[in-house]
Amino acid sequence: MDRRVLVLIGTKKGAFILEGGADRDAPWRLRGPLCEGWPINHVCQDAATGRLYAGGGNPWFGAAVWRSDDLGETWTHSSEGLNYGLDASPLRSVWHLTPAHGALYAGVEPAGLFRSSDGGLTWAHVEGLREHPSRPDWKPGNGGLICHTIIAHPDDPERMWVGISAVGCFATENGGRTWEARNRGVRVDFMPDKYPETGQCVHKMALASGMPDRLYQQNHCGTYRSDDGGRSWICLDDGLPSTFGFPMVAHPRDPDTAFTVPLNGDDRGRFVPDARMAVWRTSDGGASWRALRDGLPQEQAYLGVLREAMAVDDLDPFGVYVGTSTGQVFASRDEGEHWARIADLLPPVYSVEAAVVAA
Amino acid sequence: MATVVLPRSLVALFPGAERRVGVEGSTVDEVIDALDARWPGMRDRICVPGPALREYINVFVDTRPADLQTPVPPLGVVHVLPAVAGGATAG
Repeated sequence: MDRRVLVLIGTKKGAFILEGGADRDAPWRLRGPLCEGWPINHVCQDAATGRLYAGGGNPWFGAAVWRSDDLGETWTHSSEGLNYGLDASPLRSVWHLTPAHGALYAGVEPAGLFRSSDGGLTWAHVEGLREHPSRPDWKPGNGGLICHTIIAHPDDPERMWVGISAVGCFATENGGRTWEARNRGVRVDFMPDKYPETGQCVHKMALASGMPDRLYQQNHCGTYRSDDGGRSWICLDDGLPSTFGFPMVAHPRDPDTAFTVPLNGDDRGRFVPDARMAVWRTSDGGASWRALRDGLPQEQAYLGVLREAMAVDDLDPFGVYVGTSTGQVFASRDEGEHWARIADLLPPVYSVEAAVVAA
Repeated sequence: MATVVLPRSLVALFPGAERRVGVEGSTVDEVIDALDARWPGMRDRICVPGPALREYINVFVDTRPADLQTPVPPLGVVHVLPAVAGGATAG
């Protein structure tokens, strides 16, 4: 079957789609801006239905989830039920979308989780998360108090992890009725107590392929791995140039391989170190790291990569895609060894995902 | 019947919606109900739960600033306008 690759891009000013062949060689065709130019934090595909979803928030019109049934040619939006009712602040934005087990989940700001069972047309609040005893102590990170990561267990619909900044990792094993904070071993450099139960500034988590109790985490304060479903974390900072970065992506098949993009630090401009861009890859579960630079800008690169702005496809060899805060998108078709710039001069890139579809 | 004038950025979100539309309603809240009946979901773009107007959405009845309770005369003109403020994150 002939296939093509869609790189789904969320930006400060709308969604975009880069469309290319399965060889992931040039040319890439750019479509957009989509979703009426709204700030779009995440665009993804539900592989089960082929449908595309985009989540974001417009400063005038509020938060909404956009949906396309024709691979991005046309879009509709809804926020029916996407609110906390009368007793809480209105939602500012949708930060992350995860299709799983026939449902669609949305992580939002102010932090919370919503579930749709009709493809994003209507939403129900997963109340158990905000009923966690730590809720009165939740504090925002620099991006706000946001639920930005949702990871569904691949087999068990009762199990799920979420990441909230700056609160930490939470997990449910009963379909969202109750949640447990899972942050043991994750450092909080900006608090007097470096290892509290919650208050961690998780930036992104990724589930290892084939090992559903292994998670990788890029945090404001370090890079981590858990082999027990998040109950405890070990620090993987050795070999990385910085403890600060945003994205974390796992290999589509190998649980020992993951990618991150360290930045120079939270108080130093949040650029790639030395203005030389690199994606860092571990192939041994985080025991060691290697910088992948071939084809990425190596001078005067005053750019960052945000939490949602790196992704892999599931081809073999798989492709890696990275979007920058300065509007470039880079792609590698050989698992990160070599890179090419496939878009430039976009608005600041908030998210990147890859979808492989029929040609 | 009142006349409602809607902003381009709102109309663009609802296929078939029109910039200038006649609706029934004796208050701004009822006018918005009528808009929502015609284009489901439009209330969510103008109002937050409460209900109240969104922070950066301004409504005028016959050119005077209004809120949801403001009466709308039978031949009144209701303008819905995004505030000039509010675009800080839009850049």
